[in-house]
Amino acid sequence: MPHALLDIHVARKTFATTTVLNDIHLQLQPRETVSLLGPSGCGKSTLLRIVAGLEKDFEGQLLSHTEQLAFVFQEARLMPWLTVQQNIGFSNDDHYDRAWVAQLIEEVGLSGFADALPKALSGGMAQRVAIARGLYSRPRVLLLDEPFSAVDAFTRMKLQDLLLQLAERHAIALLLVTHDVDEALYLSDRVLVMDNRPSRIRQELAVQLPHPRDRRDPLLARLKALALTELHRAHVI
Amino acid sequence: MSSNSKDLSNPHLALSPADRTTLFDSDRWRLRLKGLALPVLIIVFLEIIVRIGWLPAYQMPAPSEIALTLGDLAEGALWKHISASLLRVLLGFAIGASLALVFAAWVGLSREAEAYLEPTFAGLRSIPSLAWVPLLLLWLGIDETSKVVLIAIGAFFPVYLNGVAAIRNIDRKLVEVGHMYGFSRRRLVRRILLPAALPGLFTGLRSGMSLAWMFLVAAELIAATRGLGYLLSDGRETSRPDIVLAAIIVLAVLGKLSDGLLAGLEKRFLAWRDTFNGTED
Repeated sequence: MPHALLDIHVARKTFATTTVLNDIHLQLQPRETVSLLGPSGCGKSTLLRIVAGLEKDFEGQLLSHTEQLAFVFQEARLMPWLTVQQNIGFSNDDHYDRAWVAQLIEEVGLSGFADALPKALSGGMAQRVAIARGLYSRPRVLLLDEPFSAVDAFTRMKLQDLLLQLAERHAIALLLVTHDVDEALYLSDRVLVMDNRPSRIRQELAVQLPHPRDRRDPLLARLKALALTELHRAHVI
Repeated sequence: MSSNSKDLSNPHLALSPADRTTLFDSDRWRLRLKGLALPVLIIVFLEIIVRIGWLPAYQMPAPSEIALTLGDLAEGALWKHISASLLRVLLGFAIGASLALVFAAWVGLSREAEAYLEPTFAGLRSIPSLAWVPLLLLWLGIDETSKVVLIAIGAFFPVYLNGVAAIRNIDRKLVEVGHMYGFSRRRLVRRILLPAALPGLFTGLRSGMSLAWMFLVAAELIAATRGLGYLLSDGRETSRPDIVLAAIIVLAVLGKLSDGLLAGLEKRFLAWRDTFNGTED
């Protein structure tokens, strides 16, 4: 087995007196897609923030950790005063790599919008820019925190396919937090079903289907039933 | 932008880009003319009731009289007064506003600085600024320095308050993007905090400018030999309401011009804002 990109053990994470994460072991292999599936507030976003290094106050350790990671937030979080291309190259101030940015704009399907301001973009388009901004630093891992929860169902499916395409093309591993069972199963190689507070990983579902997948695949439906059963047992639904 | 979008979407109007701009311009002029309607009406009304003697001319001179007085002044001392006042306002505003921006940045960006400075500023703010006048006259005499300092005090607080609020109202989520990239403090300020605070800073600068004019008049009414405030009190002492009104008009024009300048800068720097512009479309 190749060396894991991420290998993280969170013994415990508390906010004031509530324990939100309890004994979680998380590994991510190169080019793998893993989803954390659970209800809002179960601590899965906190786990992602720990992985991203945004949350430093926890008990546990990062056994293996790549610096080459990027984060896509739930909202696009674009700087409203910068154009699309300036937003994508944001981490390099004004001397961003213009050719690379132009290529990313092309790849996320926003040709012609390089000089548009965020106020002129729809929610789905803004999220495309956010993904391009994540890819700009050529990461090996992309962390996504419910990235498509604010867009409509059709846009969401399109963005999911786009994300898989980009991960494939740039050989990126994805760690995704979501509360959408279909999304988790469609995208991932492994789905980690989270318990409610304090969160543990309740079950790991391996989705052994090659990409591109058919959303109507019977295996996905069977796995969905399994995941729903687990979530039900966890008193999440 | 959207005030004329209805016209543009009319299928019967096939418009070339050039036509669109003229339509846009004529639309804007129509709005301006609407704005002029009320003042013109008032002027005509005053002219009539003064002419037919309903108002005594020694109390309310006819608008045409005021225009004549303004013309006379323009040939003589008016420019001297305007340049004296303008210099004081600009100097006082520049000093007050830049100090305010420095302190606002300091307090806004540091909890420590806030703990040390904010109570003092809150205390100073609760002093009605005109209460400084006697003290400034005692300390600095009646020449330029005391006037400029008073104007600087007047301009300081709105700029400071809006500046601190602007920084503290920045969306934490945008700041987190900077943390994600490991931005240094300086880079965070330059790349995220400053641009994000700019709308609030402009609000502060504009209200600071209007207070600067107010304090100019206060300073010049009390002790001055030149300036528009002096013109006001001179008009009162010589029982010339036409001079007083002429000075008021000049003050209004100058205030509007300086605010227009800031508004123009604001529009230019904040074109990215996605805000309600008064029309629903």
